[in-house]
Amino acid sequence: MSSTSDRVRSVLKQHAKLSVDAGALADHDDLYAVGLSSFSTVQLMLALEEEFNIEIPDKMLNRRSFESVAAITNVVDTVVG
Amino acid sequence: MSLTKQSNAADLARAIGIDVAAKHADSVDRESRFPAEAVAAIKKDRLLSLLIPKDLGGAGAPFAEAAEVCCALAQSCASTGMIYAMHQIKTSSLVSHGQQSPWHREFMQRIAAEQLLLASATTEAGIGGDLRNSICAVQTTGDQFTLEKMATVISYGKYADAILVTARKNADAPHSDQVMVAVTKDQYKLEQIGDWDTLGMRGTCSEGFKLICAGPAEQIFPKPFAEIAAQSMLASSHLLWTSVWYGIAADAISRAQAFVRAEARKRPGSPPPGALRLAEAISLLQAVRSNVIAGLEHFALAQQSEDELMSMGFAVAMNNVKVNVSQAVVQIINHALLICGIHGYKNNTPFSVGRHLRDAHSAALMISNDRILGNSSNLLLIHKHDISLLR
Repeated sequence: MSSTSDRVRSVLKQHAKLSVDAGALADHDDLYAVGLSSFSTVQLMLALEEEFNIEIPDKMLNRRSFESVAAITNVVDTVVG
Repeated sequence: MSLTKQSNAADLARAIGIDVAAKHADSVDRESRFPAEAVAAIKKDRLLSLLIPKDLGGAGAPFAEAAEVCCALAQSCASTGMIYAMHQIKTSSLVSHGQQSPWHREFMQRIAAEQLLLASATTEAGIGGDLRNSICAVQTTGDQFTLEKMATVISYGKYADAILVTARKNADAPHSDQVMVAVTKDQYKLEQIGDWDTLGMRGTCSEGFKLICAGPAEQIFPKPFAEIAAQSMLASSHLLWTSVWYGIAADAISRAQAFVRAEARKRPGSPPPGALRLAEAISLLQAVRSNVIAGLEHFALAQQSEDELMSMGFAVAMNNVKVNVSQAVVQIINHALLICGIHGYKNNTPFSVGRHLRDAHSAALMISNDRILGNSSNLLLIHKHDISLLR
């Protein structure tokens, strides 16, 4: 079974419309610097909810929570528990 | 949280409105010219530095006071109110995001000392009106930058003392990775590329320019523009614009009420035909006012928490204030026109509301309501709306 961060990278690859290959991103690379827009952030959140079968609570729905692979992995791990 | 007036700014603004702005409002509108007299009076009363902290020479007033000033000015001249609103939107970005940077602190001191008028260059040819995207990019060499922007709109660009410009962070950055930079009049050159001959808001002189500027790189805001937009610009623009629009509608309703009262006095005992419509219009106006006040209170509360300011719920709430108010004011002023009849339709009567109606039609399209609803509709795919009554 692949790790949460690998699955996050795979979701990023399909839905975030980044200007670089999501597989090559370091954990703390700034996603906004590689083209993550406010519109695609929402599409990314939806895809993460579907992939992990979770509902992301409103208080985590902010820019900071999605700024890097590490931040997103943290959100997913927190919600999955 | 309740909002109360803490300074005499609103009284000063009301006096400027009545004594200066109202006298020139028709010529500003007819000639599509900058309301120079009113802006000079605003500078004289030091209202441009209303939001700048006291230790930097400003009045240090809470944000809501700027909203009250916008409303007071707009009752006499909507263009003057909107110019003041646009200036304060930039100022509140500086106050929120410039205090850690020595250059921006000194710039705020200059704004207060010299009463500098700030404009902004956020829209650009080729981006389809989306201010969260830029084509132009800051080019930094050593500690200096250069920037060229085809700005399709810079409101009162010719009359401003400084401009806040958005651009991509560097030549390799994606369109959405933006910064904002402050440039002063001696650092930029404007070549006019578009005129401003419009239905309303004619005094804002929102002409298009090619902006060419250069300066020290420390003038670039340290925070990414995305955060500035979310944490201060979104709320400050929607709240100050709606305060202006409320002011326009409130003045149109004052005219309609004066008309109905004059009719009533002529024929005591028989209510004038416009009385019922006036009551309806005033109920709509009250809803607009409540909406703006609730927005101001929400912003004041959210300013205590960066998470709340950056939240989707807050963005949707501010979007809703803008969309609701921009639609309602046109409807309200239309009621005023129907109440005043031919006296409202004609220019230069005490009951004229033609200018009000034309000015108010700008509301739905300065950031198109369709774009704003599109943005909210995206957020609402994920954000669950708040069903409680009290916050």
